[in-house]
Amino acid sequence: MYKYDEYDHSIVAARVEEFRDQVNRRLAGQITEDQFKPLRLMNGLYLQLHAYMLRVAVPYGTLDSRQMHMLAHIARKYDRGYGHFTTRQNLQYNWIKLEDAPDILAELATVEMHAIQTSGNCIRNISSDQFAGAAADELTDPRPWAELLRQWSTFHPEFSYLPRKFKICVIAAEEDRAAMRLHDIGIQIVEKDGQLGAAIYVGGGMGRTPMIAPLIKDFVPFDDFVSYLEACLRVYNRYGRRDNMYKARIKILIHELGADKYRAEVEEEFAAVKALGIDPPKAEFDRIAAYFAPPAYEADAPDTLDRSDPDFAVWLDQNVSAHKQPGYAVVTISLKPIGGIPGDATADQIDLMADLGQRYSFDELRVTHAQNIVLPHVRKADLYALWQQLREGELAEANLDLISDIIACPGLDYCSLANARSIPLAQKIATRFSDLGRQRELGELKLKISGCINACGHHHAGHIGILGVDRKGVENYQLSFGGSGAEDVSLGTITGPGFTEDGIVDAIEKATDLYLAQREDGERFLDTYRRLGMAPFKEAIYG
Amino acid sequence: MGNLLRYRDDEAHEEPAVTLDAFLGQSTATAVRIESGEDARILLPYLDRLALVEVSFPKFRDGRGYSSGRILREAGYTGELRAQGDVLVDQIPLMRRCGFDSFAPEAPVDEAVLEASLARYDYHYQAAADAFVPVWKRRHG
Repeated sequence: MYKYDEYDHSIVAARVEEFRDQVNRRLAGQITEDQFKPLRLMNGLYLQLHAYMLRVAVPYGTLDSRQMHMLAHIARKYDRGYGHFTTRQNLQYNWIKLEDAPDILAELATVEMHAIQTSGNCIRNISSDQFAGAAADELTDPRPWAELLRQWSTFHPEFSYLPRKFKICVIAAEEDRAAMRLHDIGIQIVEKDGQLGAAIYVGGGMGRTPMIAPLIKDFVPFDDFVSYLEACLRVYNRYGRRDNMYKARIKILIHELGADKYRAEVEEEFAAVKALGIDPPKAEFDRIAAYFAPPAYEADAPDTLDRSDPDFAVWLDQNVSAHKQPGYAVVTISLKPIGGIPGDATADQIDLMADLGQRYSFDELRVTHAQNIVLPHVRKADLYALWQQLREGELAEANLDLISDIIACPGLDYCSLANARSIPLAQKIATRFSDLGRQRELGELKLKISGCINACGHHHAGHIGILGVDRKGVENYQLSFGGSGAEDVSLGTITGPGFTEDGIVDAIEKATDLYLAQREDGERFLDTYRRLGMAPFKEAIYG
Repeated sequence: MGNLLRYRDDEAHEEPAVTLDAFLGQSTATAVRIESGEDARILLPYLDRLALVEVSFPKFRDGRGYSSGRILREAGYTGELRAQGDVLVDQIPLMRRCGFDSFAPEAPVDEAVLEASLARYDYHYQAAADAFVPVWKRRHG
């Protein structure tokens, strides 16, 4: 894991003092709320329906036990004893007092954490593959590239007042676990002539106008990596729309210009930028990459498992993934108990996960964009003991990628933008499908719920997507099928008229019944939908 | 207009800045104002004769002028580069890094706050249009 040196420490400490000064000026009335807003947003502080919400950055979703314990401590001391893991691999607290925010940042800084650029119209926390460094199918660990971008984008003087927020994702495997092409910039690390470089996709996103990012450059070598991204951002900063905030994301610019024209603009800008000498040397990449060296695996760790406990065997099959190192496995801890709030964890649970990460996973944990936690490097021989302890902490739900592993935004229960509640609907759906045998029969089924058109719950990318809208003062839910955030990326299609809260649960059940009746060997819900098209599903739901 | 804040040793430029259109139409002007949507690159053939470029920031949220400043500096412009308009105290350090060396904020700026904020960061990660040595260069020489 990356460790701060004196420079990183100095910058984060200065940021704490800067924000303390800004809060003091706001509390003293020296700056207006309108002027304070972009300052607090640049530091992850939102004013929500009931209180301030603070979003803490978890760069590329990686953290250690000391940092997890700090998140638990802050939840107890400054919030109501829990935190919410987000689709951006961050953690947010929902009940923060403005005057406490500087002290919270100071506490975070002691464990090399911050809330820098977790909101605002700037480059946000860089996201990545939650299985980075562990996945059997990766080309290389994408996180050194992500850390390089974290540093490049932190307080970038030119790109702090962009037309709109800007999200970058870096992966390095063919299987896309991070919805890479649904980011403003999606980067896949690839190899060409024995050299590593970046394939750059620009202009994806969800929100009210979902788009899949087109490929802008198939290979950018390391030596040009920062320059090329600087050029991509500069073209956006200069030409992105500022007349209408709903058309200000880079996807709209690329849609209006066309990918070819955008690419030509970037190439021209790149020619100017490349001459400036702003690219860090390979030695800096190597310095960062050394922190992500593989842990000291046991060479002779046993590769066999005792599956005699049937409940354990189910969890193994569902929540444990292949590791590149023989004798090791990747464990996903579900934060989706039936009837719970997707992504929420109590301070005690956060502490428990920290302890287990320390004991069983080389002191490393990950946050996933699907709002779960990963222990990336667990000895197979330790899995049973780990599972027993997770079960005691009510963290052993064996539902990874099943219908109850729902992504849901905070919705109208917390969010000032929402039109409808997301959490109670997620709870209702999970409860209807609570039987694990039934869920496993349905297989991989990614269900995602957004409480408004801004699509924080990624509904466009759901195999089943749900969008909450306000229809004449009544909450109404639109259903869509066929989205995917994976390497087979696609956007969902709306089924037809919307539903009430109970109506949509029935509709989902009818659709899954149809799938079970019609599926061919090995087909997931998504595959059957793609083969059959919308018509039979529509018939089943509305007929 | 509020106070003019300058970080230059030379005398403030007296000639009023003309619009980009007027500048392109008259060969003698040495001071020009560009609006946030105007392309700073149009000025590149004239940098030698320019003593002042004023970049408009109509709203503090409009960040196009940051790119205009860097483009001018990166092309070798050494004259006065002024940020004018809705320029807030917390933005001036970023503008300094983009090459601005004078400021004409519409609302007065608390100079004590500004001084503290300009001195706050000892290091910056990335190279920009100022004299700061980026952190990666400090690490590797």
